[in-house]
Amino acid sequence: MSETTREPDARQLATDARDRVRFEEEALALSDQVYRVARHLVGSREEAEDLMQETYARAFRSWRSFTPGTNLRAWLLRILTNLNIDRGRRLQRTPDQQPLEEGDYFLYNRLEESADGPSDEDRVVQRLSQNDVVSALSEVPHDFRDVLVLVDIGDFTYADAAQILDIPVGTVMSRLHRGRRILKKAMAESAIGSES
Amino acid sequence: MCNCDECEQWMQPYMDRVLTDAERAEAESHLNECSYCRKRYRFEEHLRQFVRQAVVEPMPIALKQKLADLRTPLL
Repeated sequence: MSETTREPDARQLATDARDRVRFEEEALALSDQVYRVARHLVGSREEAEDLMQETYARAFRSWRSFTPGTNLRAWLLRILTNLNIDRGRRLQRTPDQQPLEEGDYFLYNRLEESADGPSDEDRVVQRLSQNDVVSALSEVPHDFRDVLVLVDIGDFTYADAAQILDIPVGTVMSRLHRGRRILKKAMAESAIGSES
Repeated sequence: MCNCDECEQWMQPYMDRVLTDAERAEAESHLNECSYCRKRYRFEEHLRQFVRQAVVEPMPIALKQKLADLRTPLL
């Protein structure tokens, strides 16, 4: 091989290495935010840790398929949710088997009813504990929880969540709507049940 | 102006800022007039914030290191 052909190859390799390192650094800088979502897509911390490692291993292998300038956090979460689905969690109960949830005001009404006297609305939320929220979230069926976690905890837009989960935006909206109500019902059961 | 049932239906889309301008104006007009719905709206705002904070679980430091170790070694 002559010098004239080897030189561009070397330059290309150097550029590739630089781009790859930059990609890896950017992906790692987002790991706290990705974990924040991952932790609540699965049931345990151990599962979340495994899923994070699988996700980053796959992301680092296929870094070239990421388009620079697009949303890297969404790209990582897309890999993560696909891997999570591949793990066979769909064997769990389907959304259709869920009982109909209550309306949007249900949680406030239940918390207010269960108070001894009239309560200030700013204080009603204080009747919920951190554990009420965490345990209620884990009871939300997966299809609803994925959307809930991406939008309400991960701060993704409806459009980003639709892309990550590969579902239409309308489905994101309807699952979010039902998911929030299921979550509230579970929080009410957790909070009021624990008081009696 | 909408009624309390409609306001309840619109509460989440209102907070997500996905209502049309006309719907938003109607919802706001109802919230200004109705203390029953206004109380619940304030609660919903606090609830979203509380849920977001309650579920935060910091990433274990060991995991962070494991992810860093997955990087491609430099030649």
